[in-house]
Amino acid sequence: MALITYREALRHAMAEELDRDPNVVIMGEEVAQFNGAYKITEGLLAKYGPKRIVDTPISEAGFIGMGLGASMLGMRPVMELMFFSFYSVAFDQIFNNAANVRYMSGGLINCPIVLRGPANGGTNVGATHSHTPESIAAYHPGVKVVVPSTPADAKGLLKSAIRDNDPVIFLENTLLYGETGEVPDGEVLIPLGLAKVMREGTDLSIIGHGRAIQMALKSADLLKEKHNVNAEVIDLRSIRPLDEETILASVRKTNRVLYVEESKPFCSVGAMVACLIQEKAFDYLDAPVMRVNSVDSPAIYSMPVEKLQLPTVERIYQSALAVLK
Amino acid sequence: MSKKSPSPKKADDAGYNARTAHINAKLGHDELIALYRDMVRIRRFEERCLRSYQAGKIGGFLHLYIGQESVAIGCVSVMGDDDHIITAYRDHGHGLAVGMGMNEMMAENYGKYTGCSKGKGGSMHYFDPSRNFWGGHGIVGGQVPLGTGLAYALKYQGRKGACMTFMGDGAVNQGAVHESYNLAALMSLPVVFIVENNGYSMGTSQERSSAGPSLAQRAEGYGMNWDIIENGHDVLEVRDKVDRALKLARDKHLPSVLEIRTYRYRGHSVADPDTTYRGKEEIEEYKATKDPLMFCQNALLAEKVLTDEIIAKIDEAARAEAETSAQFAEASPFPTVDDLQKDVYWEADNPADRKSQGTLFFN
Repeated sequence: MALITYREALRHAMAEELDRDPNVVIMGEEVAQFNGAYKITEGLLAKYGPKRIVDTPISEAGFIGMGLGASMLGMRPVMELMFFSFYSVAFDQIFNNAANVRYMSGGLINCPIVLRGPANGGTNVGATHSHTPESIAAYHPGVKVVVPSTPADAKGLLKSAIRDNDPVIFLENTLLYGETGEVPDGEVLIPLGLAKVMREGTDLSIIGHGRAIQMALKSADLLKEKHNVNAEVIDLRSIRPLDEETILASVRKTNRVLYVEESKPFCSVGAMVACLIQEKAFDYLDAPVMRVNSVDSPAIYSMPVEKLQLPTVERIYQSALAVLK
Repeated sequence: MSKKSPSPKKADDAGYNARTAHINAKLGHDELIALYRDMVRIRRFEERCLRSYQAGKIGGFLHLYIGQESVAIGCVSVMGDDDHIITAYRDHGHGLAVGMGMNEMMAENYGKYTGCSKGKGGSMHYFDPSRNFWGGHGIVGGQVPLGTGLAYALKYQGRKGACMTFMGDGAVNQGAVHESYNLAALMSLPVVFIVENNGYSMGTSQERSSAGPSLAQRAEGYGMNWDIIENGHDVLEVRDKVDRALKLARDKHLPSVLEIRTYRYRGHSVADPDTTYRGKEEIEEYKATKDPLMFCQNALLAEKVLTDEIIAKIDEAARAEAETSAQFAEASPFPTVDDLQKDVYWEADNPADRKSQGTLFFN
């Protein structure tokens, strides 16, 4: 076990896969000479050289489409979006091409590409740079969507994503990059589609993904401390494929569900999970499934208000109490 | 990675004769006849497609290539083993040119399981990676970054090949095309961007849609070589100039833009009205003076390579082949509802090798 940051975990994952497979390349804006806008790729150019670590112009549709074309011929490009928000510039390449090429070719062509980068608010950069597109991405059959919330998951899931033969959208969080956590030494491969029970409990299931899970854990501590409530906290880690079994097992145990995520509420992952739960575990529910999301407006710039727009420990705590009523 | 291109330039055309160009001078009778035959096969196939479309057997759009046959045949005829192609939705000609069969293509148009994409792609989305053909793409210009990426992979893997990335004249105003030009020039990628300029982006003429003196000349802004093939109806001229561009790409990793002047006889798709933006006389004049099949036929008759008898045989065989493909398509089964969720994820189709867990499809 080593105590490393989420940032280092991502870097180690890429380095190990670069060592393992000559078809892996890292591409994106400022990933090489600049050492990465968020320093995820720091040192990789020095170690692997410009053939493997490739700076691109600010040209998301162009370079993501280029990586995709290269993946059709057997390369495994790992494309960094400096902010995942810039995915909208490359929407056609991602959702018309990456998601559809295998299907429209009747299964003749694979696109083993990873698109990774931070997809979060909370950094005072305004609405254009604060998108959380996991539900938009997961809406599209043909792509997989992963949202790691710990350093160990960041490493294990990214390595699996790079080896995956389908396109994987890998959503990180700038506010987690500096967080440290224990990461097992040696080969760490976490399968996509496997949720993790972060905290066992019996009274309430707090299910979610992304950085909101860290807040959910704090809220769970408060619930225990102030109300002797044992909340179970489940991190989905992967949105598509989705670990329905772990979700439903927890619902059958606790009978109460709160979904937490940073996305806006309309058509969010939480909305989908709530739908699945009422469909498949309706009789186990003692209360309506409730959700904590960002407040439903474009991301605000103003610093103190932005913090309140996102899920907070307090809001999760209060919503949990409402579910327990 | 980046390497400065020499000064961009248009090829010098003075005293040019396509027939005596090196790549064509050596062509034997059989090879010349094959070029003609392959163009005839495209036309007869598409005429048969049109009849099936009118009979309601083919759905959606049908973007016919009739009038442009010399472009796909000329370009593909100079491909080497490690050369690849990708194009947009007017892809029947390219499919036949790389060697796809009429049966699998017609069946795809009919939405049948025996189609090249099992009925999942349709007329606009043909693929045959075994023949280095990567589609068949429906969004104008959307395939151009992919073609750039195929070239990237060829160079990365040290293969001496190039990717011919086709687009129509309407695509040149898409941002993705310009981003691709920049990337190709910046990274010295072995790609030849081929603009099949048939004069109209759907129903909007070039002068009403594209600024600047020519479409190919935009390459200068990216330091790329460029050329215009004025006689796109001449399969031999297409071969020669494309061959030169391919050599630059393969041997020196120099990308270029080739604009090939051509003409389509039918509407943008056959469902579109064809009288609002051009007159019948314009179409008739092109047919009378520059039809690629007729042009080739006349030249080869004059050379005594073709005879009336051979022409008739070729025509008859192409018609029969097209008719057979329609019968094959008609007799083939449709895919089933069970096929809807196949070919979406590699993992779902290869469950024994699946590494992920959880639900991939939500019904």
